[in-house]
Amino acid sequence: MNKYKFKIKNLDCANCANELEGALRKIDIIENVSISFMTQKLNFECTEENKEQALEKIRKIIKKEEPDVTIEEV
Amino acid sequence: MSRKMSKQLIKIIISLLLVVISLLLKFDTELYSNILYVIAYIIVGYDIVLKAVRNIFKGKVFDENFLMTVATIGAFCIGEFPEAVAVMLFYQIGELFQSYAVDRSRKSVASLMDIRPDYANVYREDEIERVDPDEVNIGEIILVKPGEKIPLDGIVVDGESMLNTQALTGESVPRKVTVNDEVLSGCINNDGILKIKVSKEFEESTVSKILDLVENASSRKSKSENFISKFAKYYTPIVVIVSVALAVIPPLVIKEALFSDWLYRALSFLVVSCPCALVISIPLSFFGGIGAASKIGVLIKGSNYLEALASAEIVVCDKTGTLTEGVFKVQKIKAIGYSDDELLRYAAYAEGFSNHPISISLKQAYNKEINEKLVTETQEISGKGVLAKVDGKMVLVGNEKIMKEYNIKFQKSEETGTIVYVAINDEFAGTILIADKIKEDSYKAVKLFKNNNVKKVVMLTGDRDNISESVANGLNLDEYHAELLPQDKVSWVEKLMTQKSSGGKLIFVGDGINDAPVLALSDIGVAMGGLGSDAAIEAADVVIMTDEPSKIASSVQISKKTMRIVKQNIVFAIAVKIGVLIFSAFGVSTMWEAVFADVGVSVLTIVNALRVLRIKNTYNNR
Repeated sequence: MNKYKFKIKNLDCANCANELEGALRKIDIIENVSISFMTQKLNFECTEENKEQALEKIRKIIKKEEPDVTIEEV
Repeated sequence: MSRKMSKQLIKIIISLLLVVISLLLKFDTELYSNILYVIAYIIVGYDIVLKAVRNIFKGKVFDENFLMTVATIGAFCIGEFPEAVAVMLFYQIGELFQSYAVDRSRKSVASLMDIRPDYANVYREDEIERVDPDEVNIGEIILVKPGEKIPLDGIVVDGESMLNTQALTGESVPRKVTVNDEVLSGCINNDGILKIKVSKEFEESTVSKILDLVENASSRKSKSENFISKFAKYYTPIVVIVSVALAVIPPLVIKEALFSDWLYRALSFLVVSCPCALVISIPLSFFGGIGAASKIGVLIKGSNYLEALASAEIVVCDKTGTLTEGVFKVQKIKAIGYSDDELLRYAAYAEGFSNHPISISLKQAYNKEINEKLVTETQEISGKGVLAKVDGKMVLVGNEKIMKEYNIKFQKSEETGTIVYVAINDEFAGTILIADKIKEDSYKAVKLFKNNNVKKVVMLTGDRDNISESVANGLNLDEYHAELLPQDKVSWVEKLMTQKSSGGKLIFVGDGINDAPVLALSDIGVAMGGLGSDAAIEAADVVIMTDEPSKIASSVQISKKTMRIVKQNIVFAIAVKIGVLIFSAFGVSTMWEAVFADVGVSVLTIVNALRVLRIKNTYNNR
């Protein structure tokens, strides 16, 4: 398991952050997902080989839930 | 204020003006004023309506944009034009205020933690290059000028200066550094020019570790935050469903019920359906609390730990290095027939060649050059002491046994600590007490703990019983257990864990190096003196950057204030919302009250949450 950190852009409501976090939790290959509205960060854990696949799933969910939001690895 | 925010503000002002004009100019026909209302509505609310339309296609009906749109358009339909505009207008004002407040608190926490260095001046091929701290390698020499931040951890190779460590430790007294001293990134170089040999890469340096920790702290959520998430998940759907029922059922069931009447009540429901006030103000409070703690040099690794600190019931402390200074110093000199200074001088000279901890303490207390030529015939008597000729006098330094061995008539000392007996030319000359000293700060810490409802302060130590007893009595501790092996400490903490009440928490405070099992076992593991100790930062839940135990008590205080604000906000927001819901259902309150329950409550809870950040001043200027 590796920890990954992403900066979130254009996430402008706290409740949306909550809901997005809830939606991302359903992805089975990632663990300990958390979105901090305060620091505008997305943290999650997954194995290295699953990273790309996980990112693809995350982006897909974001596109559905909050189309304005983009993420960027730090 | 960002560009996005100022644009939003302009829209709000224009829309507000239109509403005011429409209210002031009493038009003959309602049509003109209604046109003005619609224009005002479009200006301030078109983006919400657009988002709402987009969300319908995605099936997101509980989205706040959608609910606001339905509520306002519904109000237009039943002819409540001013209400429709007002709801949208205030909603947008609330949103704007939220982003402003969040932005501001984010910035003020960031400035509390403004320790990230932007560049490093590194020597490369005899020239100074200004590079990103990331690009500097271990072993390279960097130059730090007065006023600059030290970008990477390292060792001073040239220069001398005073360092301001306030950003890391909350300590305002500058620290002097000179050649061969270790310096930590994040400190500010006050006056001299320093050349530093880099010992850690940027990613591994103190500053990166600390920033990482603080930034990630809000990802470990507290129970209150999880409660709010759950609440939000059910609250909105329930309110919406009740609202629909309110619009449909009464007009069908009750004969004289007017549909438009009940629709108005239902729309008021929708206005209150967003749990925004809670969803934003609770994390904001925790974020602020963690920021306020970091300002005084306490790093809390998660909102959950900040929350737990408030219910601290038992505080368990390690002794050496935590409550005491951890260094053995000459505490008392009792000379007989000589002056205290003379006695210390003889003892230090006699022990001049030894590297035993006691000799080192003696030499440190003497603090003058030792002229080795004056010392001859040194004999170390293993485990007991030293016999040496100093200035032509036979000096015997050691414990009781050595005095007995040499048949010296001495007075037994009753002090606790290590007692060094000195005899000069076979005559007893006095005693020197060497002991670890209780930190001044420990007294304050114990008092502060008691003031913050901590029921019990316990000390666990591997040290001898009589020494521990005097420390425990001196500090007025509730309990102490001495002569413990590491595994005994674990079993004592296990025992103490069962003594607290169901909601109470146990804090363990140690140096973070040898206490890993106990740190893990306790509810909140606190490591002291985190500055420069990676192990401590790694192992603990809360890290005190300095070695002052009173900072833990201050953190408990910050935590209590944070939790008070969190509770106030939860109770206030839920009470107002439910109250307004009930009143709207019975037609007692109007859409105006609903707007207050939504936006007004958000604004008030945010303002209340921001109070957490103000804590920092009270603790800093003590």
